[in-house]
Amino acid sequence: MKILTLNFVTCARKACKASPAAFPLRPREAELEIVEQDINPLFVRNVLPRLEWDALREVCGELGLQQLPSTAPSPDDLFTTTPAAADTAMADAADAHEPRPSQLLRDLHTLLLETTMRSGKLVCGNCGHEYAVKEGIANFLLPSHLV
Amino acid sequence: MPRPEDSLPPDLYYNDTTSAQYTTSSRIQSIQAQMTHRALSLLNLSAPSLILDVGCGSGLSGSILSSVPGSAGGPHTWIGLDISASMLGVALEREAEGDLFLADAGQGVPFRPGTFDAAISISAVQWLCNVESGTESAEGRLNRFFSGLYAALRRGGRAVCQFYPRDDRQKDLICGAAKRAGFGAGLLEDGVGTKQEKKYLVLTVGGGEIMGGDITGVVSGLEGVDVVDGRKGGKEGKRRNGKGVKSSKQWILQKKDRMERKGKVVKATSKYTGRKRKPVF
Ligand SMILES: C[S@@+](CC[C@H](N)C(=O)[O-])C[C@H]1O[C@@H](n2cnc3c(N)ncnc32)[C@H](O)[C@@H]1O
Ligand SMILES: [Zn+2]
Repeated sequence: MKILTLNFVTCARKACKASPAAFPLRPREAELEIVEQDINPLFVRNVLPRLEWDALREVCGELGLQQLPSTAPSPDDLFTTTPAAADTAMADAADAHEPRPSQLLRDLHTLLLETTMRSGKLVCGNCGHEYAVKEGIANFLLPSHLV
Repeated sequence: MPRPEDSLPPDLYYNDTTSAQYTTSSRIQSIQAQMTHRALSLLNLSAPSLILDVGCGSGLSGSILSSVPGSAGGPHTWIGLDISASMLGVALEREAEGDLFLADAGQGVPFRPGTFDAAISISAVQWLCNVESGTESAEGRLNRFFSGLYAALRRGGRAVCQFYPRDDRQKDLICGAAKRAGFGAGLLEDGVGTKQEKKYLVLTVGGGEIMGGDITGVVSGLEGVDVVDGRKGGKEGKRRNGKGVKSSKQWILQKKDRMERKGKVVKATSKYTGRKRKPVF
């Protein structure tokens, strides 16, 4: 499960929907894996304003990932028009001024889309329910008395 | 032909054997692909989006979402829900790009409000009418699903559910639940009266964006389409041989090695890393 998804998934119990403690679910005993993906700059730009940045920081902290800045980056920081030094020689005149992915965008891509939770548990901070994650798949089936 | 929905609960019907047969049948692949493309064109997405795939199965529908080319507004990122562990096991083997949840859509949609740009569901929603325990009803399950879906979509978002209702009563039950949840709803029918008849429930959140929220506007001008205005009564992506997910054990270990050298924190290698299995919960 991608770190991106951890920023959106909530406890499945109806009783937890309204509780602020139910989000984000807390990863426990997480085994992480990097799964390489093609970078999709427009997708990152699309979801960036939708992220709960504080929740992302907390989850990254709990997973022992890199420290994130305290405020969310602005969409303007995702692209740069200055060609990277190594590219200048090859870029033709028209290409040189095209906006290109910034380092920030690359880092967000790696964190949100390539860093995945392969196994472990997700725990609700409100009701304590534990959702198992195995082979990257999270089990959100609830026993009927919890629905 | 007997309906699978009338034979067994979905998680038992889609066991290991059925799931593998389903996914490898070229006839099924082509029908599901056709319907997914149709649903995508009704979603009318112009930029790479976050999409929920309800009843994603082995990822036949999802893989199409992942391979919409940039020129057609893709590729999209999807998250799939399915009640069958066997179907999800096949999705794992096929290295589905989307994140997978073993979940019963009849229990709700466990994502925070406004998560998704759009949702699709191909050949799944009629299964929600199956009731396995005395404590629940088909209406209750449909209500939980559609109200959860409504909340999980952003305003201006859209959902398209292709479904196979058993009869008119079931069709009305499903459409009615969607409208009660707050959706602007329309039913689009392709190939009416033929064996290939297909029904698409087209749902909008907060109206506005599509011709004043009017579903008839979305589908007008499409050939061979009968429009039923749900509120009264009732560009194609190409498959790409993507780079895909590299997950051979060797590759994961190399990558871990590289990450460790770069000083990033990487969790201890377990004996399962990179091994493909069906998760047993
Ligand atoms: C005909 S398959 C379609 C799969 C996929 N959408 C495709 O186009 O190939 C129907 C799927 O719906 C799933 N399903 C049935 N009831 C469900 C439920 N209550 N919640 C989630 N998925 C369900 C089944 O497990 C099955 O994988
Ligand atoms: Zn909870």
